[in-house]
Amino acid sequence: MPRRAARYPLALTAIWLAASIVAVDAHAEIEFAAWELSGRVSLEGRYFPQTGIDPRHQSSHTTGFVVEPKLYVEEAEGSSFTLVPFFRYDSADSVRTHWDLREAYALLFGELGEGEWEVRLGADRVFWGVAESQHLVDIVNQIDFLEHPNGEVKYGQPMVHVTWTGDWGALEFFGLPYHRQRIYPGQGGRLRFAGLVDNERVEYESSAREWHPDFAARYSQSFGPLDIGLSAFNGTSREASLVCMPPACKPTGVSDVSNVWIPYYAQIRQFGLDAQLTLDAWLFKLEAMHRSGERNAIGREREFVQAYSAVAAGESGFDDLISIFRKDDYVAAVVGGEYTFYSVFGSAADVGLLAEWNYDDRGRRALPRRQPMTLDNDFFIGARFAFNDVQSTEITAAFLTDASRDTRTLGVEFDRRLFDQWSLHAEANMILSIDPLDVQYVGRRDGFFEFHLEYNF
Amino acid sequence: MRRIHAYPVRLLLLAPCLILLSWLGTPLLAHSATPEEIGLKIATDTSARGDGFGNFTATQAMVLRNKQGQESRRQLRVKVLEVAGDGDKSLMVFDEPRDVKGTALLTHGHKQEADDQWLYLPALKRVKRISSSNKSGSFMGSEFSYEDLSTPEVEKYTYRYLRDEPCGDLTCTVCERFPVDKKASGYSRQVVWQDKDELRTWKVEYYDRKDAHLKTLTIGKYQQYLDQYWRAGEMNMVNHLTGKSTVLTWADYQFRTKIRERDFSKTGLKRAR
Repeated sequence: MPRRAARYPLALTAIWLAASIVAVDAHAEIEFAAWELSGRVSLEGRYFPQTGIDPRHQSSHTTGFVVEPKLYVEEAEGSSFTLVPFFRYDSADSVRTHWDLREAYALLFGELGEGEWEVRLGADRVFWGVAESQHLVDIVNQIDFLEHPNGEVKYGQPMVHVTWTGDWGALEFFGLPYHRQRIYPGQGGRLRFAGLVDNERVEYESSAREWHPDFAARYSQSFGPLDIGLSAFNGTSREASLVCMPPACKPTGVSDVSNVWIPYYAQIRQFGLDAQLTLDAWLFKLEAMHRSGERNAIGREREFVQAYSAVAAGESGFDDLISIFRKDDYVAAVVGGEYTFYSVFGSAADVGLLAEWNYDDRGRRALPRRQPMTLDNDFFIGARFAFNDVQSTEITAAFLTDASRDTRTLGVEFDRRLFDQWSLHAEANMILSIDPLDVQYVGRRDGFFEFHLEYNF
Repeated sequence: MRRIHAYPVRLLLLAPCLILLSWLGTPLLAHSATPEEIGLKIATDTSARGDGFGNFTATQAMVLRNKQGQESRRQLRVKVLEVAGDGDKSLMVFDEPRDVKGTALLTHGHKQEADDQWLYLPALKRVKRISSSNKSGSFMGSEFSYEDLSTPEVEKYTYRYLRDEPCGDLTCTVCERFPVDKKASGYSRQVVWQDKDELRTWKVEYYDRKDAHLKTLTIGKYQQYLDQYWRAGEMNMVNHLTGKSTVLTWADYQFRTKIRERDFSKTGLKRAR
């Protein structure tokens, strides 16, 4: 039976903090050589020109702020402790008003033969990959989807992260004892289905639920102009399957305001490869992965409706419903390149051009029935204008087009430093065209403008 | 095929001349080295005198000034590791402006092929391999380019000695240097003033690709470390085309510190803050 999900517990935070401090303390008698407080405060606003799919609860704009300080303490031998709490206030969506511990970890390192060892203990963020249009192989952290739909912002992940480095490369192991669930927007929030996702009621394949021990490993090395990474992950998926479960949800789809969806996290295994070849002003990029264990409903709507009826009639439960979704292996890839023209037309400005192709083989299986899939056969074209002026003015444009459906989006970002500590960010996320059969069709009215006025200290 | 046949024949014809030359010319050459040879010798001697420092750390403060006198500051920390037989490895960490605080640039310099560079972006905790071909671009909006701030490896230029002339209380050699990789460099040539006693650089004039005098760098406040290594305390770059200038102040020099090769790896880069 479904259980209430534990929110990221405060107790866990306290345990990590204590463990980290003890770790630093054990490594050397505490003798803090340096400490530093830095961070940012950002005033932000979003404006949606079009009315949302749930106009009774959603509004056209939202304002709010972010506070993200960073405390760094270093002891004489170089070991350190980092603490980065995060808080966001949002005027429209009480769920988007949220806090997190982005980082709270102890860092220790030392020599090991010809190479070195490094241990990070606590909540941290890890980035794997090379591509710009999506971060395909990057899996250690859960995405903070409330912050931005681009997936660049991530929750702190509790971990034991051990690195062994030598001339032969770097080998990393991650012990991940706790799963961070993805939090979906609340009733006042945009960028969601018409109905809500129940953030309080979460299903896991593992009976250990969010305490299932997950593991990851990565090997990375540079060979002259080539940087490669090979990675593996075994554990709880960071992506939720959203399940329609009676009685809160009727099989009427994502456009029904009254439906409430249940997130379900499968046990998966993923192998990833990321590589970049850097030749003069060219960057050639590849990310590829194979994943098994993820469930999907491709081609099984009829079976789902039958199982749904049985659950609704009280003849079976959630486990029977989820078993309709078969575990399908799949592969996905991003391949592309980037070229930069330096000092164009005798000015100081650089212009970078990017192109990437996103592939997911579930899309091919879905295509005969024209079922929703995103980034299955999509081209990304981007341009970056860096003016290299005192204010570091930068404009980026990203155009994404689906090669097999009529879906096109355009994002434009503008960044400029105003004074030494103040900076401005503005962006426009436009949906130029969207195929009614696309999974994103429900968000067709959620194009938006966003502004940040940021103070860095 | 024709070339293979022709080559030994011509070589044979040349052989008597070469013998003659070496017999006649050897004492002659030693007395009248060409300007190119003198220029190369100064560069090689300068490089040799700088060898053996091991490693150092320092801080850099930049004040950027535009034509109207408005100022903007940059603050960074630098670690440099000497690598035997290859270019230096360096790590730069930004403290100011605050919006890029913690951003770090790792460079594995090479004598001949292109340098390897990785950028660490703290907001995403992402290490990004970047192209090092952007030699001529502005460094942080200042009047210094990446090229101006990197160690001038001997092999990356050809040289020509021009003259000796007094510079302050000292006597300086004035040499031209020309980039080997003309496409990557923003300059057609540089003119360098170095004192004869310690081979310290006091002034550099930069000429753009159209050979117009673009910038002048004056260097001062030299201090000697470990009784051998001279390091500048202040560098002032003036752009004659735009009227903008940047003063770069070096401070907190420390030589032969605890830094190790491992700090200059991608894992070490992620530890930079």
